[in-house]
Formats: sequence, structure tokens, C-alpha cells
Amino acid sequence: MAKDEFKEFRLVGTRPDRPDGLDKVTGRARYGADISAPGMLWGAVVRSPHAHARIVSIDTSRAEALEGVKAVVTRADFPTGLTGEDWDLQENTMAGERALYDGHAVAAVAATSKLRAEEAARLIDVTYEVLPHVIDVDDAIKPDAPVIREGAADATVPEGMPPNVVRYMEFGHGNVEAGFAEADLVREGHYKTEATHQGYIEPHACLGQLGGDGKGEMWVCTQGQWFIRKMCAGVLGLDAAQLRVTPSEIGGGFGGKTTIFMEPLSLALSRKAGGKPVKIVMTRSEVLRATGPTASASMDVRIGMKKDGTLTAARAEFRMQGGAFPGSPVDMALYCAFAPYKLDHVAHVGYDVLANRPKCAAYRAPGSPMGAFAVESLIDEMCRELGLDPMEVRLKNAVREGDRASYGPKFASIGLVETLEATRAHPNLAEPLGPNQGRGVASGYWFNHNGETSVSLAISEDGTAQVSIGTPDIGGSRASIALMTAETLGIPYEDVRVNVVETGALGVNEPTHGSRATFASGKAAVLAAGQAITEMCRRAAAEWGIEPEAVEWVDGAAQPAGPNAGKFPPMSIAEIAGKMGETGGPISGHHESVPEGVGASFGCHVVDVEVDPETGRVTILRYLVVQDAGRAIHPAYVEGQYQGGAAQGIGWALNEAYIYDDKGRLQNPVFLDYRVPVASDLPMIDTVIVEVPNPGHPYGVRGVGETGITPPLPAIANAIQDATGARLRALPMNPPAVLAALKAARGA
Amino acid sequence: MRYHTPSSFEDAARLAAQAQGLTRFLAGGTDVLVQMRAGMVQPDDLIDLKKIPGVGDITRTDEGGWRIGVAVPGAALSAHDALRAEWPGVVEGMDLVGSVQIQGRATLTGNLCNGSPAADSVPGLVAAGATVEITGPEGTRTAPVAEIPAGPGKTSLQAGEVISAILLPPRGAHGGDAYLRFIPRTEMDIAVVGCAVNLRLSGDTVAEAQVALGAVAPVIRLVPEAAEAIIGTTLDEAALQALDAAARAACSPIDDKRGTVAFRTEVAGVLARRAALIAYGRAKGDTA
Ligand SMILES: Cc1cc2nc3c(=O)[nH]c(=O)nc-3n(C[C@H](O)[C@H](O)[C@H](O)COP(=O)(O)OP(=O)(O)OC[C@H]3O[C@@H](n4cnc5c(N)ncnc54)[C@H](O)[C@@H]3O)c2cc1C
Repeated sequence: MAKDEFKEFRLVGTRPDRPDGLDKVTGRARYGADISAPGMLWGAVVRSPHAHARIVSIDTSRAEALEGVKAVVTRADFPTGLTGEDWDLQENTMAGERALYDGHAVAAVAATSKLRAEEAARLIDVTYEVLPHVIDVDDAIKPDAPVIREGAADATVPEGMPPNVVRYMEFGHGNVEAGFAEADLVREGHYKTEATHQGYIEPHACLGQLGGDGKGEMWVCTQGQWFIRKMCAGVLGLDAAQLRVTPSEIGGGFGGKTTIFMEPLSLALSRKAGGKPVKIVMTRSEVLRATGPTASASMDVRIGMKKDGTLTAARAEFRMQGGAFPGSPVDMALYCAFAPYKLDHVAHVGYDVLANRPKCAAYRAPGSPMGAFAVESLIDEMCRELGLDPMEVRLKNAVREGDRASYGPKFASIGLVETLEATRAHPNLAEPLGPNQGRGVASGYWFNHNGETSVSLAISEDGTAQVSIGTPDIGGSRASIALMTAETLGIPYEDVRVNVVETGALGVNEPTHGSRATFASGKAAVLAAGQAITEMCRRAAAEWGIEPEAVEWVDGAAQPAGPNAGKFPPMSIAEIAGKMGETGGPISGHHESVPEGVGASFGCHVVDVEVDPETGRVTILRYLVVQDAGRAIHPAYVEGQYQGGAAQGIGWALNEAYIYDDKGRLQNPVFLDYRVPVASDLPMIDTVIVEVPNPGHPYGVRGVGETGITPPLPAIANAIQDATGARLRALPMNPPAVLAALKAARGA
Repeated sequence: MRYHTPSSFEDAARLAAQAQGLTRFLAGGTDVLVQMRAGMVQPDDLIDLKKIPGVGDITRTDEGGWRIGVAVPGAALSAHDALRAEWPGVVEGMDLVGSVQIQGRATLTGNLCNGSPAADSVPGLVAAGATVEITGPEGTRTAPVAEIPAGPGKTSLQAGEVISAILLPPRGAHGGDAYLRFIPRTEMDIAVVGCAVNLRLSGDTVAEAQVALGAVAPVIRLVPEAAEAIIGTTLDEAALQALDAAARAACSPIDDKRGTVAFRTEVAGVLARRAALIAYGRAKGDTA
């Protein structure tokens, strides 16, 4: 679709109230745990207290004897013979021969009340034989580490690798050795990041119902109802079309709700309880012990730089554990690590490693923050050593449209240079710094995913429009899609209602992930609106007795296209819609595709910190996010994404961590000790929306949701060095770690 | 579980004395109810003290100190101008507990009797020389707050004993107190180290002092060596260094998810210095 960069839009770029706002502030919005049904049972899950143990026996008799208990399930109630990701999901849903991490589900019960179900869960006797375990990625990759699973390695892993390496990759271009030889300074560094949890405010919750006939329904808090359907059907051996999945409102997901955890258990319990619906609501500690964190990483980076800051070559070797299953985002981490830099010589090596930790799930720009921590930290160190301005070095080496990306393909339209220039011009960079204060900058990158997308639009009899989308609204996408639809149809924003619908209502949709909802569902909604416009023009043409091609759509009405088409007054959408019954029936539009034309997004962050020299405590004084949005449909939600990404990144950088004891048990499965930032920890986060429109989207949208979590990790490390001279190369940079680094730096 | 609502402390003590299984008193419930929900504690008898007349009152004692009821929530302490003016350190310790919602329920007595070595209001009470009035099967006695903690999750109260009030001594002239805790965040966290300092000046010189440390030993305790380090000084740099060293020497913390031995020990010294300076300023008339 043609697009004029300088066109003024009527609605796109404005900030109306969000359509779900009143429901959310009044408590009327229905989240996962708010859904109940007549005859409902409550489910509770028995979880392994061991990091790694053989399940010797499970005695359910005491639980079954308890009054009010209607069903107990173990792995024996699941089909056998699954392979690949279906098997992994089934094994993660319910342990088979072995419990693979602290919190791994081993049995589940359904009873007439929540307390009854919890009591029954305590009466299930599981006998374990504890096995040696491994938690840390560098320990897990050792040749003599406890083996998590024999034969889990795929074909990419060469002979002779340590037993917990399950995927291996190497890629790059040019000749890195030659590139390093051209450099004036070659440095390398070793960096580690901890696993962190997505930390969504709403714990997982679902209500599942499954009859003996294999027909089922589920109401669930998820980022993707079709993923829930496909995965539950796979794990339970059901026909996907027999399962109808309705998403609730969602209190955050950040990638962690693109997969299944206890959802199949509610269905299995329901089937065993004669088809009664079964509700399961996780506690926060179940969320932290058993649902998807991201991976932890151990990384080596080597970079060559000339005296003027030109990068000559770079090499990264990353090792990541994503729990007891394959799937850590080491590939994505490597793709993004050097993405902001034009490099003729670059090499990447990656290892996906198993450990006795929960199966990792996607978390906002999966992998990219870890890679950025290593690369952006080392570049900052090298800038310091050569006395170069880190902003200038980033600009000097910035990739532009047409450049070959570090991970292979050529970049289409991108806005990194514009982002860096906007950063350099921001007043925060001119703020004076006091004692113990420092400033750090870092860049970040993330893709924009397309994915299967199906959207329907229907014109109502009064000329208002209803849009059915399949991507749950986590960050304000209903508002953005309503704005784009209303803009296209030429009607008020308030005249469009966007509904997130169940799996029975549309073709398959991928979840809201990969920063795709506003791009993909938005593009499909615009194309569906275009279809409806074509149909409305046809109806007007028929009434006027002219050719449909002689009718154009302007400001929400059909009108003759030019004087030769005939002289008729414009026919409004309300007028056309009011007589749809007589003119050919319902008027709607539909679009489904894997939309082409994704637009990746670069960002640059600048943070000012103050470090307490006596306690190592880091205070964020100022924080700036500058990022390319392509075009901000609803700027307030774009800013919200920028601020939210930064807030999560600050938590990851400073305090969040999984703390295990020597038995591999998680010590901090509550928000009291799993320390996400609280509101008073953060200053107002400043944002600048750069707009380099994406030519692949009718309104220029890029995916903006994920890039923002990538720069904070290194930006804060760089700022701490600026403030104190101490360089931290491992996360979290919590007060004990910072204080130790300060002492080491003072001693040196 | 049996839920009781006695209307006097004598009844509460009798109920507790007769109970067979696990007993908990219910003040604000911000520890007990959370522990019950988490499945950590399943009491057989839950004795709610909030129906006893006077438990929500803060009153002047005849000696000129304060009597604080066992159900007075943190928010009420902070809103009490006269109490806050006399014992800012005690009040700020309680004010650090939890959030606005928690402040509407949580009490000093509950904080003390929950037995956490990291309880935020207890160092301030200990440094202030506060006492508790205890009602038991044998009648009423008083004891220093410092004698109540008996290890993590434990108190020295006997079966059937219930605290019926917290008593603060008269403030007197030229006194000041302060409490500081270290947490990695700005709120909603448990003290990694806590330190309260209470002192009285004679001119510019510290005439009396009490220093109490939290979260660096199994119980919150007074550190007389730390007090001695500043008594007779004007809190000059040498005195502060001596205080820092004495505070560190008194630490016997553990390594856990909230902090390491080395870190806790070092920060105890830092907080002692900083709290002493604030208390000193307050004794001189600072109102911050
Ligand atoms: C979100 C949250 C944040 C928190 N933050 C902090 C914090 O920052 N700092 C901190 O120190 N604490 C914190 N706490 C813990 C708790 O709020 C405090 O310990 C609070 O002061 C407890 O008071 P309460 O009245 O709620 O006690 P309750 O829960 O009612 O009782 C606690 C214990 O005291 C016993 N008890 C109560 N009254 C008496 C009595 N009269 N005689 C004998 N025994 C009695 C009970 O049996 C029980 O064992 C937090 C708790 C929550 C939930």
C-alpha cells in the first residue's frame, strides 16, 4: 500500500482513552481467575521439592479417600508415545520418571473447594530417590555434570560434546582473525547473566472442561489461545478443533504466557471428574518455581577496534541454560548481539545447555538483553580505554538500510542512525553529574515477528464497526487497532470496537508475541477495512447506477470519483449500513495471512546512576529511552512499552535473581525476595519516539514491545563504571556485588 | 481451627493457657494470616485481640512515657504527632514496615512477637529502653522489649502469656533516636541490616546512648560496646570509626538470600554511624 511520509492523520498518532480502561480501573475486567462455572471444582498441583529425583512411587489413596475429592491425575493419565516439543511440553506439564527441577508437577487433584484440593494435594505421598543436580550453566556444560536427559541432543551437536549440550550453532561472515589483525585494540571479556522471571502481575489461571467425548472448553489467561489449543491437544491427544479456548483479560505475559503449564492438568482432571469444569489458579510461588523464566547465560566476547573507533571484527561464544529442556534463546541472543554494528568480520558460537531449572519461556526480546550485556559492556570498556565518546563510536559503526546484518540478511529500512542522533541531542546528556554519579549508554535491537494472523471486521447496521482479532491485548493493541481501523474507514475512534475472540471465531492466530500484535493484527485489520470499503463503494455504485471503480471512499462516505462519475451527494457509512439487508446482506471484511513487511526496531538508552560508596547501593537518577517506533499509532502506549521494558531491564540489572540452595531448591519464590523494582525505585522514565516509518505496514508500524528491555543491563553496568571505576561483568549488580567490586577497584 | 474473640487480656491468657495445639494471637494479622495462607502455620486456636477494649489507644503514662495498645497499627503511630516528636526513631522503624495497606493493620506487638531478627520496629524499641506489659495465668508482669526475642520465630513468652501493652519511657530533654535499615530497594523489602541509636546529650557531648542492631544475629540486640564508643564524645570522626568497628564486631549474621555475612557486617557499621548522626541531630533539635 502506498504511503506518504508527510501525510497528516486524523487519528493515528493521537492519545484517546483505552477501550478497556474503565473496566480495568473499576475492577470489572475479567482476568483468568475471575471466570467460574456451575459445578466447578478446584484443582491443586503437587510439586517436586527436589531439583532432580527419580519418582519411585506415587500413592494417591489418602487423597482419593478425602471427602470432596473428585479426581487425581498423574502422568499415567496422559497418552504415551509423544516426541519432540509435544513430549517436552507433556513432560513439563507433569513429570514422568523423574522430577527435573524444584517445582516440577508430579500429580494434581480436583476437589469441591480450593482448601479441600490443597489438603488433598498434601495427602499425596510421593517417594523420591534424590539424584545429583546442576543449576549453573558453566557447571552444567562440564563433561562430568549430572546428566539431565540422555539422547536429548539434536543433530546440530557434534560428537564428543558434554552430555548436557543439546543444540550447537556456529555462523558468521568474513574472516575474524584477519579483522582482529586490522585492529589497534583487541579486547575480550567474560560475562554472566542470571535467569529472571517475566514477573507479570497476574498469576496463571484457567478453567478447563473436558468430556468423555473429547470435546472441551477452556477459559484462560494467555497470550495466545490457539497455542493453548494446539499444545493442550498435543499433550492430551485431543483433536484441536474439539477444544474451544477463550482468552481472558491478561495481567501481563511478556512472553511467559505463550505456552502451557497447568492448563492440560485442568482438562485431564475435568475428564476424570466426569466433565465438571476445573479451575486452577497458581500461587506466586508456583509461578516463580514452575513457570517460564528466561535463560541464564555465560558469554565470551572478543572485539577489535581501531583508534578512531571503527570496529574491525567481533566474535561471540554464548552458553545458555533454559532449564531441563532444549530451547534457551542462545540463537536469538547471538543474532542480536552485534546487530547495531556494521561488521565485515563476525563469528558466533552458541551452546544450548540443560540444567535442573524450570523450562524457560519467552521473555521480552528473548536472548537479546544477555547478548547486549556482554557486547555493549565490552564496547564501552574499549571506548574508555581509547578515550572515545561511546555515542560517537556507536554512530560511526551504526548499520543502515542495505547493510549486511551481523546475523546474515541485508537490513531493510531501519532507524538506528536517527535513534542515535536523537539520543545525542537529548538534554539529559547535558545534565551535570555529581560525586559518585555516572552515565552509561547502550544500544539494543529486536525483530518484529509476523506469524499467522486472521482478522475479521463487520459493519454494524448503524455504521459502527466491530473488529475480531486473535491476539490478546496486553499493551494497548485494541486501542491502536481501533485507531487504525477508524482512520481507514473514516469514522470516529469511538465507533470501532475491537474484540479479542476465542478459537472458534477465526482462523489460526499466533499469540501476541514477537512485538507483532499492532503490526500483524493491525495490518490485517486495515486490509479487512479496505475490503469493507470496496464493498460499500460497490453498494453505493449500484444505487447510483455507476461503475464501482467510479466511486471513492472519503471521510467515511462513498462519493463519485471526479465530475465524470456523475453528480451524487456522498453516501455515508451509516446510510449504506442502514440498508445492508436490501442491498446484498452483511458487509464485512476479512484478512488472513502471514503478513509481509515486518519492521525491526533499534533503541538507545542513557542512564544516570548514583552509587553509595559505603553500601554499593545503586540509585537510578535519570533514565532515557530513545527508540524507533516506525510510527506510533497511540504514542502513550508506545511510551508505556519503552518505560516497561526499561523498568524490567533495571530489575534484571540490579536485583532480580534465582537464588538456589545447595540442594537446588529455589530460596526466593515470592516477590518479597525475588526483587523486581517497586515504583519508588524508579524515576519517571523519559522517552523519545523516533519515527522512521516501516514501508511494510500501511501506517508505518514497527514492533516496539521488546527492544526496550535490551539496553538497560549494559547501560547500567557502564554507568556504574563511570561513577566508580568498577566494572561489573556479572548480574545482578546488587549491593553486595557492587560493594565487592568497589573494594576490588580501590585495592587495585 | 477455633477462632476466639476474648474481651479481656485475662480471658485471652486463659484461652491460650488452656489450648492444646498450636496457638496464635491475632493482632494486625499481617504475619499470621500470610503464614496461614502460605501453609507455613495452621493454628488450632486463633485468638483475636482486637475486641479487647483499649487495644487501639495510645495514652500518656503517669511517669510521662507512652502506653501503646497491642492493636495500634503503624499508620496510627505515624499520625500521632506528640509520640512522633518524642520518639521519631521508634515511629520511623514501624513506618518502614510494608506498604500503606500493611500500615493500616500491622502492629508493634505483632512485629515483636513474630520473632524475626529483621523486624524493623524492634531495634528502635530496644534502643529506647521500651518495656512490655505481659498478662499471664499468674497475673501481670513487665519485661524489657530486649528480653522478648529468643531466636528466629521465637519469644521468651511462656505458654498462656500475652502482651497487653508496649510502654515507652519518658523522653526527657536533649534526647534523640533514629532507625535506619538497609534494603536493596526503596520499600517492600526485609531489612538486610537494621540499626537504631538512641542518645542523650549534655551540651555537645553524648551523655547516654543505646545502640541496637537487627538482622545481624539470631536476635535483635543491644550492643553496649557500640554505645560506649560514642558516650563522652561529640561524635567526631574518631568516635564514629570506633562506633563502626564496635557495631561490626557485634555481628554474627548468616549468609542467606537477603545478604552475605561480609556485606551485613560491613553495612552494620555504616548504618550505625549514619543513625548516630541523625539521632545526634535530633537531640540537638533537628525535626527531620
Ligand atoms: C507485604 C508485607 C510487608 C512487610 N514488610 C515488613 C517490613 O518491612 N518490616 C518488618 O519488620 N515486617 C514486615 N512485614 C511483617 C509484618 O507486617 C510485621 O511483622 C507486623 O508488624 C506484624 O504485626 P501484626 O499486628 O500484623 O502481627 P500478627 O500477624 O497479628 O501477629 C504476629 C505474631 O505475633 C503474635 N502476637 C500478636 N500479638 C501478640 C500479643 N499481644 N502477645 C503475644 N503475641 C502476639 C502472633 O501470635 C503472631 O505470632 C511485612 C508483611 C507483609 C505482609
